[in-house]
Amino acid sequence: MVVFDKPHALNDIPMHYCPGCTHGIIHRLVAECLDELGIEGQTIGIAPVGCSVLAYNYFNCDMIEAAHGRAPAIATGVTRADPENHIVFTYQGDGDLASIGMAETVHAAARNENITVIFVNNAIYGMTGGQMAPTSLPGQVTQTSPYGRDTNHCGFPIKVCEMLSELDGPEYLERVAVNNVKNVKNAKKAIKKAFENQINKKGFSLVEVISSCPTNWGMTPQKALEWVADKMIPYYPLGVYKDRSAGIVKGEVKND
Amino acid sequence: MADKVLMKGNEAIAEAAIVAGCRHYFGYPITPQTEIAAYMAKRMPKIGGCFLQAESEIAAINMVYGVASTGLRVMTSSSSPGISLKGEGLSYLAGADLPSLVVNVQRGGPGLGGIQPSQSDYFQATKGGAHGDFHMIVLAPASVQEMADLTVHGFDLADKYRMTSMILADGTMGQMMEPVSLDLEVKPMPEKPWATTGTKLQRKHNITNSLSLDPEELEMLNFKRYERYKVIEENEVMYEEYMMEDAEICIAAFGIASRVAKNAITEARKMGIKVGLIRPITLWPFPTAPFKAAADKVHTFISVELSMGQMIEDVRLATECRRPVKLVNRAGGMIPSPEQILEAIKEANKNGGAN
Amino acid sequence: MTNEFLFAGFGGQGILFAGKLLAYKGLTDGKEVSWLPSYGPEMRGGTASCSIILSDTPVGSPIVSNPDILIAMNLPSLDKYEKTVKKGGMIFYDSSLISREVIRDDVKAFPIPATKMAEENGTPTLANMIIMGKVLKETDDFTEESVRAALTKVISAKRADMLDVNFGAIKLGYDF
Repeated sequence: MVVFDKPHALNDIPMHYCPGCTHGIIHRLVAECLDELGIEGQTIGIAPVGCSVLAYNYFNCDMIEAAHGRAPAIATGVTRADPENHIVFTYQGDGDLASIGMAETVHAAARNENITVIFVNNAIYGMTGGQMAPTSLPGQVTQTSPYGRDTNHCGFPIKVCEMLSELDGPEYLERVAVNNVKNVKNAKKAIKKAFENQINKKGFSLVEVISSCPTNWGMTPQKALEWVADKMIPYYPLGVYKDRSAGIVKGEVKND
Repeated sequence: MADKVLMKGNEAIAEAAIVAGCRHYFGYPITPQTEIAAYMAKRMPKIGGCFLQAESEIAAINMVYGVASTGLRVMTSSSSPGISLKGEGLSYLAGADLPSLVVNVQRGGPGLGGIQPSQSDYFQATKGGAHGDFHMIVLAPASVQEMADLTVHGFDLADKYRMTSMILADGTMGQMMEPVSLDLEVKPMPEKPWATTGTKLQRKHNITNSLSLDPEELEMLNFKRYERYKVIEENEVMYEEYMMEDAEICIAAFGIASRVAKNAITEARKMGIKVGLIRPITLWPFPTAPFKAAADKVHTFISVELSMGQMIEDVRLATECRRPVKLVNRAGGMIPSPEQILEAIKEANKNGGAN
Repeated sequence: MTNEFLFAGFGGQGILFAGKLLAYKGLTDGKEVSWLPSYGPEMRGGTASCSIILSDTPVGSPIVSNPDILIAMNLPSLDKYEKTVKKGGMIFYDSSLISREVIRDDVKAFPIPATKMAEENGTPTLANMIIMGKVLKETDDFTEESVRAALTKVISAKRADMLDVNFGAIKLGYDF
């Protein structure tokens, strides 16, 4: 009896992610949702520029590689090409979604595009070797904030869920994490809901997943997960920031 | 001679910019030019300068536009896909006659392409790179020392002619280390009475602008800009001739391609084949004259490029198609080997200019 | 006289660092020098390599495709580059990580159990320096003065305590 198997929506090939990176977990959660909802065949995924640029190799559904930051705009095109049948998700990092692609993110949310956005926030640019991200914490040392992020000089981290929750447009915004089993289970629930919303034509759903980057944080995988709990989550509180159908609007956080 | 230090090409550009008086750098992370940003992030705060990581390349080039409007030396750097995003800003900089330095450490394309070295942005750089009639001064270093030298020169030319200078390097030039002297000669910056720095109620207001709704006036602005370009074409061409005295075959190559070509020339010369090299250092203005002169004495040109063949068109134009121009190339991040070039030289030597 | 070196191994084995040491040594010895790394997302434990050229005349192409000297720190590197070494060239390889021998008989092969020696020496991260010591010996390019001068260039002043440790590892390889 098989008790644990690779989801059908994930291809059986080695991933390029660093040891201890949580992209693998998040990929799996997305793929499990596609399997369980039976939507792989109608799903088009959109990969970003950044560490998950090669996600198009890993997901078994149709995939599109976007220019940096433009995934929500491309998703807009894909969903509107066949609104009845297409299921569209973007998979984006913090630099892609909250820096170069912020305009696309905000406007897709404002239009309540019927898409699912998986937003992986690990507070750093991984692929290019560890530069400051729009979500890097105050004081965080990166290659381009070598003396620590100075908020007087380069401003404050962007809290995407909080910010988007001020918009009337989006249907559902939730922040989750994958640093322990309980949080992984919650993350799965949120991602599944984001896809169900799309199936039910409810509109724009974004799940922000607080993630870790041992390589560019310069930590062991375990220390990195501790850093998520000790530093990231206090700054980026987990919870539902908007769920129109459930009557949660405008930045009201409801934790389990 | 000052002490030489080993530096990556990207770092040499950054330090040379600081030596040239640049205190403002804006950029967005992209491989293979990240060392420029990392270097600036470390150094600028220590010398009272400003390093700021922009939210996008579009934002970065507009930050450059802002500082340039105030008359200060300013730069940004990126790699191919990022330069495409800066295209809009490059056109506006040209339209507003603002000086700036832009570095492109090229990688393979099109699209997201790859991250290995390439020269496939030659057209984009030399033919304008965005909408409207305009040029940038395009400088193509072939060593880490030239990365430094041409950065300083690029700032000087940008200020002198009120336009953008682009350093068109590639991934190898950015990543390799060579000994470099940073004892660089910097010319004094010209007065910039046009700068928008506040009238202090002492003068009529200055306007930084590229909008001109009257077509006759806009035409006149274009004419004037092209008169300036003509002066540049007459005075600022740079190139290297290598073993051209007795050459019967002339290789055209810039940047890393010229370095590989020199290896092939050394081997060919051992076989008694008379082959030389013209290496454009300014890609715009293109060194038309030496190619035209070479067409009088060589029977074949060979353009060696890390692209599907872009500079070859300028070689054909410069030589007025009087001699065959062959292409030796690799694309997508691959680099031609000396052997590949040597084969083409031997072939050309055998054919003696017959097509 | 031109010597073209190719260093190859896993990311994290200090390939680029060892190459830098060689380049700085060339510089302090008054030679023409180039150092070109492979680049990309190599921090993810992939392969790393670097080309170093030391020459009495200006360096043409910085890309070493047919090295005089190959230093292979893992099996994939030896498999990939053994055939590229110039006839009469030298291959140095870490015999504690590479179980096979060099196949070619027109090159000189130097197996050094560098990783094992490094572990026994209590400096498990310095296999690169140990193999470097052997390279400097066989290329007849070792003086304590110039090696120490190069080390001061590649080791930051803050880590000055590492200078003797690195020199010790180089000496260990030199004496092997």
